[in-house]
Amino acid sequence: MRKFIEKLVEGGLLLSGSVTSLTILLIIFFLFKEATGLFNSPSVEEGYVLAVNQENPVRHLSPEKIMDIFDSEITNWNEVGGIDEEILLVRLSDLTNYFSEEELGDEFQFIPEKISELVGREPGIIAFFPHQYLADNFDGAIISGDKITLWDFFEGTKWYPTSTPSPIFGLIPLLLGTLLVSVGAIALSLPFGLAVAIYMAEIANMRVRNLLKPVIELLAGIPSVVYGFFGLVVIVPLIQKVLNLPVGETAFAGSVVLAIMALPTIITVAEDSMRTTPRAMKEASLALGATQWQTIYKVVIPYSISGITSAAVLGIGRAIGETMAVLMVTGNAAVIPTSFFEPVRTIPATIAAELGEAPAGGAHYQALFLLGAVLFLITLLLSIYVEFMSSKRKM
Amino acid sequence: MTPVQKLGNVDAKKRTSQKIAFGFFSFLSYSVVAILFVILGFIIIQGASVISWDFLTKAPEDGMTAGGIFSAIVGTVYLVIGSSLVSFPIGIMSGIYMNEYATNGKVIRFIRVMTNNLSGVPSVVFGLFGIALFVNTMGFGDSIIAGSLTLGLLSLPLIIRTTEEALKSIDDSFRHGSLALGATQLQTIRKVILPMAFPNIITGLILSIGRISGETAPILFTVAAYFLPQLPTSIFDQCMVLPYHLYVISTSGTDIEAFRGMAYGTALVLIAIVLIVNLLANALRSYFANKVKMN
Amino acid sequence: MIRINAKNVDFYYGSFHALKGISMEVEANTSVAFIGPSGCGKSTFLRLINRMNDLIPGTRMEGQILVDERDIYSKAEKVDQLRKSVGMVFQKANPFPKSIFENVAYGLRVNGITDQSYIEETVIKTLKQVVLWDEVKDKLKELAFALFGGQQQRLCIARALAISPSILLMDEPTSALDPISTGKIEDLIHELKKEYTIVIVTHNMQQAARVSDRTGYFYLGELIEYDDTRKIFTNLDKESTQNYITGRFG
Repeated sequence: MRKFIEKLVEGGLLLSGSVTSLTILLIIFFLFKEATGLFNSPSVEEGYVLAVNQENPVRHLSPEKIMDIFDSEITNWNEVGGIDEEILLVRLSDLTNYFSEEELGDEFQFIPEKISELVGREPGIIAFFPHQYLADNFDGAIISGDKITLWDFFEGTKWYPTSTPSPIFGLIPLLLGTLLVSVGAIALSLPFGLAVAIYMAEIANMRVRNLLKPVIELLAGIPSVVYGFFGLVVIVPLIQKVLNLPVGETAFAGSVVLAIMALPTIITVAEDSMRTTPRAMKEASLALGATQWQTIYKVVIPYSISGITSAAVLGIGRAIGETMAVLMVTGNAAVIPTSFFEPVRTIPATIAAELGEAPAGGAHYQALFLLGAVLFLITLLLSIYVEFMSSKRKM
Repeated sequence: MTPVQKLGNVDAKKRTSQKIAFGFFSFLSYSVVAILFVILGFIIIQGASVISWDFLTKAPEDGMTAGGIFSAIVGTVYLVIGSSLVSFPIGIMSGIYMNEYATNGKVIRFIRVMTNNLSGVPSVVFGLFGIALFVNTMGFGDSIIAGSLTLGLLSLPLIIRTTEEALKSIDDSFRHGSLALGATQLQTIRKVILPMAFPNIITGLILSIGRISGETAPILFTVAAYFLPQLPTSIFDQCMVLPYHLYVISTSGTDIEAFRGMAYGTALVLIAIVLIVNLLANALRSYFANKVKMN
Repeated sequence: MIRINAKNVDFYYGSFHALKGISMEVEANTSVAFIGPSGCGKSTFLRLINRMNDLIPGTRMEGQILVDERDIYSKAEKVDQLRKSVGMVFQKANPFPKSIFENVAYGLRVNGITDQSYIEETVIKTLKQVVLWDEVKDKLKELAFALFGGQQQRLCIARALAISPSILLMDEPTSALDPISTGKIEDLIHELKKEYTIVIVTHNMQQAARVSDRTGYFYLGELIEYDDTRKIFTNLDKESTQNYITGRFG
């Protein structure tokens, strides 16, 4: 009986031990399950039809072309491989320009018929209307929006998730925004963090270290939304004023806030690795007349360089995945950033800002999961790199 | 004389370079202290005038520009309790398994790598995971239970790590001593090891509460309600949560200034939770450290 | 000429009184061995001569140590300058994770020498001096860890000699080495004492007898005897020393 209980407990413990692994697997499963759905969805908004005149040779349009047409950036069919004919945009609401209310019927029962008539009549037309108004003997050709491809996503330079009739999901502006903000943050906080780590590991006496330790713990404990709030009410206006910018919500503001948030990670990991420098190595250097500072940069830093790299990588990982603070201070403009002092939008901020308005199961929802999958893969690679470095160090 | 002995002035040069470098390092180190005090000081000073008994005990009024944050405080408390019910038992048990039971090096390594990876997963990805699994697939909807499960899994790695470290710090001689008296492994863990590791484990749990109460991204779409003055009545209800409330009132709304007072007050409450949790953890640490010394 | 002159030195680790009233003089260009059981203070005393104990928090020293008639614990004394003229070799070979060449050049570089040809000259000269040149001349760019224990220790001696100290402190330099490597280093000490003043701490009585001109016996933080090596090993005044040397304890 006693033996049985022991076995039972051990089994329960093993089960608990496997929860983290299981969670990772479930995260991967759900992220990719939802994300891959995106590639089965047509690029034209679901439930809608895009139609042209029978005579028009154009049958396929890419999402970006569709958007340009509906933004009147493209005004002639020859720009998209068709005949030389002005493009005539017709949305459902435009029908009243062509037909009287009586013609459409008091319950709109004649709309399918009239759309069919209009499309058959106008050679340059492109009509966008709900699928329910598609007549049985429709006198026109349906534009099949291409399915969204992996390529469209990873090479896309535009992120217009709610544009109609054809939303555009391009990773590039968000990825560049994320990288810009994170690299900026690390450029600020790595030198800062290393200096503090050196000070704590090699220079400060016990008393000073006992002051710094809890300070760094507290910095690590402040919630990111509070950092974001502080950034919003203090750092953003400050940046706007000092640099004389039209808006203070910029990539730079994000980097400053993230730099502060990444400091505890960088300091702790770098300090721990510097502490592993053997005393014998430091004594040998000092015994040769080197100053403490010479010993630090010629012996301690080279010796702990892999730990310092890990600190930097973990800091980057933290910065890339950070959501709320960045969402609150970077201005969230989904364009390819051209400068540090413009609003940008990062991957996590996009997910947090848009998931609420994306209906579950739709293309937008799936695209946000795909963003999550990209984010997950980036941070996973960074974790694996750190893991690899530390196991190499132990050998 | 050799060149080394001749180079007397070099000594001065390298000492000056050390002075400059060390001065710079200590300046930066104290700047870190300054940064913390500026952030804390700013929020405490701005928020102190907002805090009152009514603020802490009343529901939001007038489109959240007046009244209090009671609903959000209660929601946060529910989420902390709910996620602790998930993460404490599982986290402590996996920590025990890793340090006391697992003997196969490959299994330990695998679990450890997975746990480390999990701790590196961005919190917003946890949010996505929570909405896909708990909200949609399991059909909990936006609810306290979905939010608690998401937050519970998020805090697992931290609890596992602190439990493991607490157990590791106990010398093997105690285990051997107990086993040699005929105690089973389970008895040894329950009667000898856990009581000794208890203080450090508790410290880890307290710190994890601090972290959970400030998380925002994972609860955005799994539980948090924009505005919900009445309190939740079941675990399948939505609720307001402090960090989300701060996010909402500091970024949305047409008249941002009207919300500022409430925002400072909410930020101060969040900061206060972090301060209390850290002070408590530190106090426990030194209390138990002294106790061990006296024994 | 008196190179090292300790006057009534006391040393504390916190409240532990580790050295009690040590006084001794060391002549230039001689070698002195410190012997005694573990924890007797011989290494602690050795590390006072180049102020290595400064690095240990909570320690305190009283008394005076003069090196070439300069009080090395006075306020005016710069510790890096002192360590330049008092070299040290440690118990365990501790080369830097750098190339063989850079290990020897380290002391020159940190002391501000940039003349590359002088550095090369000195590295070659000192490697020859420690009889390592023939073994490493083809792999100067390789990591010092590639050498085996005895070679590493000779490299560490070369590293110490490259900045031309006048005193060389050796803290049990052969305790981690095999007999053949130990023999090589002992031969080296014989050569080196013509130019340097050598203070060596050793656990090995025969080694003390072989390499030193004078021997000091430490016991419980006191210097019990300090005399010519020959005299210590043949004609013992004090019972405690006799017990130690004849192997009755320690």
